[in-house]
Amino acid sequence: MSTEVKQKEALFSKKNRKLISDPFNDNNPITVQVLGICSALAITVKLEPAIVMSLSVMFVLAAGNVIISLIRNLIPNRIRIIVQLVVVASLVILVDQFLKAYAYDVSKQLSVFVGLIITNCIIMGRFEAFALGNGPCKAFMDGIGNSIGYGVILIAVAFFRELLGSGTLLGFPVIPQSWYINADTGTGFYANNGFFLFPPMALIVVGLIIWAQRAKNTKLIEEN
Amino acid sequence: MFQELINLFVRSIFIENMIFAYFLGMCSYLAVSKTVKTAVGLGIAVTFVLVITLPVNWLLENYVLQPGALGKWLGAGFEDVDLSFLSFIMFIAVIASMVQLIEMIVEKFAPALYSALGIFLPLIAVNCSILGGSLFMQERAFGTIAEAAVYGLGSGIGWFLAIVAIAAIREKIRYSNVPAPLRGLGITFIITGLMGIAFMSFMGIKL
Repeated sequence: MSTEVKQKEALFSKKNRKLISDPFNDNNPITVQVLGICSALAITVKLEPAIVMSLSVMFVLAAGNVIISLIRNLIPNRIRIIVQLVVVASLVILVDQFLKAYAYDVSKQLSVFVGLIITNCIIMGRFEAFALGNGPCKAFMDGIGNSIGYGVILIAVAFFRELLGSGTLLGFPVIPQSWYINADTGTGFYANNGFFLFPPMALIVVGLIIWAQRAKNTKLIEEN
Repeated sequence: MFQELINLFVRSIFIENMIFAYFLGMCSYLAVSKTVKTAVGLGIAVTFVLVITLPVNWLLENYVLQPGALGKWLGAGFEDVDLSFLSFIMFIAVIASMVQLIEMIVEKFAPALYSALGIFLPLIAVNCSILGGSLFMQERAFGTIAEAAVYGLGSGIGWFLAIVAIAAIREKIRYSNVPAPLRGLGITFIITGLMGIAFMSFMGIKL
């Protein structure tokens, strides 16, 4: 019990808060560490699957980080990749079965991308970079922080793509019906930009987010 | 039959390109595309892993994992066994061991390539395009093992072409005056997006 109390005290120390806040900006998994791009781009056509995906990744990353960190001293170095993959794969199977049972429509929309959480580089990357060298409590913080940083970008991209591509947010129409061009009455001035529904726009939106972020945070600028 | 295979091959290279249509394998695509030489090496390695793992996973899928698949060769008692929930873990185990095997082969026979690829060789195991290939194979329920192999070869070559193309562009873009915050990662994202738009012109083609 005493150790638990001690961990709780340390939970909100400045260093631990940094573990959560860092991935928002300075060390964002997508825009700075270049991890987890694949799934980030493919499921951002609508907000709802993006939110479900962020929550799934948060569960897998936080739980996986804790498990790996607990067994980090037992894993032989040579087979650690397989051990890590087995841990992730079991957690992802849990998520997949859960989604199939309670959110079948979303799980159909996500299709193979739930399975691809296994190979989401964020998860392996954080295991390798953090969980293998730190205690379970810190690893949990790191998992939560990084998955929030991932989720923020995912939801931002999905927000723009759904708003500009289909004129809705979470399925509710937000552009007034009277704005749309109506051929019969000759009124209106607005049309949805269908191009945002195509995958290449996701890349361009992320590119623009990176541009905006680095214009503000100049220490992230790379050499050519 | 033969014609169908050629259709599948061309489709998986151009129309359903792993990178430009599905965004699979983007992490190593962005990280290893700084020079053409390493890009070629990684492209070959990914193609090789795809060609080997897809048929192996096809066999697993059809003779172990599918509902009733065990009944095909273990007799009637196993006909109602459904192991499909195990597919993620089985596929990833096959991929991880294949990658380990290839790592050893490359280390022995091409040490220069081995040192050039560095950390990204073991990271092929978590290259989404490989597991993605297996999962698409499962989703589309290919009828024969040849289809699975051709699909693996095609999507591997598609990935190879994409990474070599972006590496060549990135080598040239060093001489351009890109706005400072956009340098490096940002401009690579946008170029990939533009290339994706170009690849969309293949979309209407029915084979």
